[in-house]
Amino acid sequence: MSNWTLLLFAVIFVALAPVAGCILAGIDRKISARMQGRQGPPVMQPLYDVRKLLAKERRTSNRVQDFYVACYLFWIVVTGAMFFAGMDLLLIVFTLTLGETFLVLAAYCSGSPFAQVGAQREIYVAMAYEPMILIMAVAYYLFTGGEDGGSFAVRDIAGFGDMAILPMLGIFLGFLFILTMKLRKSPFDLSMSHHAHQDIVRGVATEFSGRTYAMMEVSHWYENIMLLGMVALFFQNGEWTGVVIGAVVAVLAYILEIWIDNGFARMKWQTALKSGWIVSLVLGMGNIIALLVIA
Amino acid sequence: MNDILLMMVIPFIVACILLVVKNDRARGPISYIGAALIIATSIWVAWNYHGDPQTFEVSGESIDLLMFAIEAILGLVIIYLGIKHKKPIASVLGLVQLVMSVCFEFVFKEGIEVENGLYIDDLSIVMILIIGIIGSLICVYAVGYMRDFQEHHADEKDRRRWFFFLLFVFLSAMYGVVLSNNLVWMFFFWEITTLCSFALIGFTRTEEAVNNSFRQLILNLIGGIAFLAALILLADQEGFLALDRLLATPDALVADWLLVAVMLMALAGIVKSAQMPFHTWLLGAMVAPTPTSALLHSSTMVKAGVFMLLKLSPLLYGNIGGDMVMAVGGLTFLLASMAAISQSNAKRVLAYSTIANLGLIVACAGVGTPEAAWAGVMLMVFHAITKSLLFLCVGTAEHHIGSRNIEDMDGLFARMPKLALIMMLGIAAMFLVPFGMLISKWAALTAFVDTEEAMSVILVACIAFGSAVTGFYWTKWLGKLACVVRDAKDIEDTVRPQEWTVLGSLAALVVIVCLGYPLLSDWLVVPWMDIAFFPEHADLALMETNNLYLLLIMLVALVLIFVPFFGRSKTKEVPNYMSGVNIDDLSYTGSMGAPVNVTLRNWYMEDWFGEDRIRKVGEAVTAVVIVACIVLACGGWLR
Repeated sequence: MSNWTLLLFAVIFVALAPVAGCILAGIDRKISARMQGRQGPPVMQPLYDVRKLLAKERRTSNRVQDFYVACYLFWIVVTGAMFFAGMDLLLIVFTLTLGETFLVLAAYCSGSPFAQVGAQREIYVAMAYEPMILIMAVAYYLFTGGEDGGSFAVRDIAGFGDMAILPMLGIFLGFLFILTMKLRKSPFDLSMSHHAHQDIVRGVATEFSGRTYAMMEVSHWYENIMLLGMVALFFQNGEWTGVVIGAVVAVLAYILEIWIDNGFARMKWQTALKSGWIVSLVLGMGNIIALLVIA
Repeated sequence: MNDILLMMVIPFIVACILLVVKNDRARGPISYIGAALIIATSIWVAWNYHGDPQTFEVSGESIDLLMFAIEAILGLVIIYLGIKHKKPIASVLGLVQLVMSVCFEFVFKEGIEVENGLYIDDLSIVMILIIGIIGSLICVYAVGYMRDFQEHHADEKDRRRWFFFLLFVFLSAMYGVVLSNNLVWMFFFWEITTLCSFALIGFTRTEEAVNNSFRQLILNLIGGIAFLAALILLADQEGFLALDRLLATPDALVADWLLVAVMLMALAGIVKSAQMPFHTWLLGAMVAPTPTSALLHSSTMVKAGVFMLLKLSPLLYGNIGGDMVMAVGGLTFLLASMAAISQSNAKRVLAYSTIANLGLIVACAGVGTPEAAWAGVMLMVFHAITKSLLFLCVGTAEHHIGSRNIEDMDGLFARMPKLALIMMLGIAAMFLVPFGMLISKWAALTAFVDTEEAMSVILVACIAFGSAVTGFYWTKWLGKLACVVRDAKDIEDTVRPQEWTVLGSLAALVVIVCLGYPLLSDWLVVPWMDIAFFPEHADLALMETNNLYLLLIMLVALVLIFVPFFGRSKTKEVPNYMSGVNIDDLSYTGSMGAPVNVTLRNWYMEDWFGEDRIRKVGEAVTAVVIVACIVLACGGWLR
């Protein structure tokens, strides 16, 4: 694929991901409501919310916070654009961490106890899911590996020709597991939650309001679409069938996450690290060993 | 060659002048001029010799004898001090080493001549730049810091002359380590660095300081004895003592006794670079004044250890010695990063982070491929700059807020804005993209995967879990600094100008060296690898240049993004939400009408990542690995 096509993909992501992410968030709320026996808001409700937030008076507990949230949005958009432009997967993971760090700083800097506890939980959960993501990148490298080494580049992985799903089944299942944490869904919605059962109010986002809060919502739309892109990457075979299968599985995965979100109560915070690391070790490292043995 | 000798001697001369000058006023200018000369000569030598490795004919009976005499005297001093302070183990080890060096000098070394005593290559130049620039910046910082220190300890005798003497002698000794082709000379300088840090750690002469300095001495004497044993093996079995001849051995011939000798030297490197199970000496070193810690952690001492391992790296390819070094490095990276989580003392967090990052460099050296060594050298450079910056920041903060506890740094952003920003830059440079440490870690990961051996699985696991843990302990510290407290008093104007100069220069270096990443690689690191490694494993697949350029763009973006946030804004500032009526930022009137104070503490997860627990596991596992590998190698040789 030429560089120009890849650049076009990145531009399409930047332009359309918020639309798709917004609809996804609307569907999320609709399905959740139906699972709980409610009617639910219209699908475009997240858009209305953000529009209203943008119109609100600008208030903040300190100015630095707005700066940090803007950085968060910026780096999340950059990360997603890099992913759809087919760049190096490790670099993408690291840039995502950079964005996350800005969100955490935004929560810390307000000095609010709710936000700070949320921030600490956010980095704690990051510690639980990060090994799996790095292991996934390494597995792709081994999967695409030939005589002269593999590749971390998403364009090489997507254009490799074979689907990664079968040789990397353990990694895929592990990734689905940590996706719950990454999407901040119950039982791992420690740092902030969409539901009213949170002990630290809205956690990380407690002190965000108006435009700042809107920026965070939009970043989440971008982030969710990129994460679903990562799910779809397992099914790419260099042809259009891979794209279709990938998209379908990604949507199914999201619906699965909604079901888990509604079907499980919050777990104790200790569970996140223990289960995240055990899954990474067993499914992730186990799969790496399998890939090395096959090679 | 004279310029190299001059460079090596200048710090020693400055040290001697500072030892005799009593006047504190004069000490400043002498140190500044000395530091300027050291920086100038190191850059001059780097410029003159880069890309042009050579050895120099320096030898002489008298130099050897002088070194032996100094070594013997120092050995006797160690034995005496051990008896005086009731540390029998130190005395015994000192005696063992003394006996070994006497035997070596008069029995094994007989008839072995090393004509080319000194050498220079691009790896040495990298080290010279680290030692010369960062080391002397720390010495400049020490001038201001030690004035504060003396004020804080006014009732004690002023022993600053001795302190500055040691700092500068240390730099000379480090030059000796990285430039000696004669292994006996290298060993001499190696021991001098051990003794300098022994004296620096024990500088305050409190009970804790004395105990910790002896722990450093005992552990490093073990390393020294291993080094000496390797020299005896080399002299006895093959009859050469030149580093270039050792490194020219094709790796297929690294077996039997030679493998054992290489492993013993690697063991000396492991001790010096504070790897588990020997890591406790570096933690103990924290009792010394901050410039000492900064020097030991960034440009000297521990860097001598990783320098040795990176030098030996081509000989460690695909043998049990490499496995030993990889396993120790990888496990140390993982476990030391975990232990850092449980620490609230800023200097201890930095110490554990040093141990962890050195572990990564050590693991890179153990792989034995040029790709991994490239990552190792890059990590070494960035670690030296960033870690010295962070130590000096903590030192300055400590003198102004009266604590080195991270919990007390809450809201430093409001109280000492410039210092907090520099510290945040330093922390970000340790673990975030697009800074050099992370890029090098990325290269290290790629290099580990490429070996596709059983060891690479362990290393990948160590780096995957270790990186996640690293992110946790740095971000929670970063968060504490970033916290904004309203109406905080600015207490920054009493920071001394020397401190600002040095902190500013180091912060600038962090950014400049990141920008110069590709140049550093092309000018110094790649030329060294082309010569040092055997061509058959030189399938160099370094980082794609595209990615490097992308990182540069990211670095620029990270700076530019500040711009729109300068100036006035219409945003209204309001107090936090506190489930009650706020009194100020950290207290509110609760539902029962009583005032409630809020205290916020970070997570330390003592139950999981407690220091003692990690230390026990780490010491046991790594000790077993080292002993098992050396026994196996000896078994292979004797069979």
